[in-house]
Amino acid sequence: MSEMLTIRNDTDLLEEEEHHSLRGREFGFWLFLMGDAVIFALLFATYVVLSGNSAAGPTSQQVFDLSHTAIETALLLVSSLTFGIASLAMDKGHGRAVILWLLITLGLGLGFLVMEVLEFRGMILQGAGPDVSGFLSAFFTLVGMHGAHVAMGSIGILVMIGQVMTKGLTLPVRSRLNRLGLFWHFLDIVWIGIFSVVYLPGVM
Amino acid sequence: MDHTDHTEHRSLGTYLTGFALAIVLTAIPFGLVWTGALTGPAVYGVIAAAAVIQVLVHLVFFLHLDFKSTPGENLFFLAFAAVLICIMVGGSLWIMFDLHHRMM
Repeated sequence: MSEMLTIRNDTDLLEEEEHHSLRGREFGFWLFLMGDAVIFALLFATYVVLSGNSAAGPTSQQVFDLSHTAIETALLLVSSLTFGIASLAMDKGHGRAVILWLLITLGLGLGFLVMEVLEFRGMILQGAGPDVSGFLSAFFTLVGMHGAHVAMGSIGILVMIGQVMTKGLTLPVRSRLNRLGLFWHFLDIVWIGIFSVVYLPGVM
Repeated sequence: MDHTDHTEHRSLGTYLTGFALAIVLTAIPFGLVWTGALTGPAVYGVIAAAAVIQVLVHLVFFLHLDFKSTPGENLFFLAFAAVLICIMVGGSLWIMFDLHHRMM
């Protein structure tokens, strides 16, 4: 009887330790996101300062296509919702539903990336590459940085699908999935800034 | 089931509410720019207001920030980042546009 009790206490203690360690990681990840927000904010400031300097090259009115941006916006926004639904499935412990919704989220994220690559490619082909003017350098840096984040997030989703399949919804896997969710929703917030600062004023 | 602090606060309702609000707050600036219904500085005002509100909507409904369940230090560093961003972005724009103005 007493042996049973000590074993129980040991596992309790271990679980407590794990909780503690995961909480620390979640806080650390939050600090990373805030630092990332500062980096993006400064890239926004750089873009705003340089956006008028098209150096006799193409201007923003000539290279931006608002309907293209609208579809990208929709893809990211819906992917935020589907990641949210994956998180809810995780709370309920439905592993298969988590994988399904993560796959949908991944598809939407990859769709966004494909559209962005097509946009960049089209711009470079029509002579509006990052080397043309201050405006285009700042544009490719800011939007490309966001795209790189989405690419890393997509890899993260792929890794987490693998972890849910092989390890199941264990405590560390749940914590990682929560952190990845924070990252994914954060990227959608940065995109709000991009369409509000770059594309909408750019086509006016 | 409540392994983490924020699990109990999220539900399909909050995500759908956030999603609906985000669609409205995205559609307003896109619609204005698309149709050209409004011109001049007023458009920038609407775009900026919609963006700020949408960021708050995402923070509350997708990232589930609130004053009760979110750890205080997380909110503290969010506020710290916000202040830092205001000083650095505001300061950069102020200096650069002032310089631009003086060079004309």
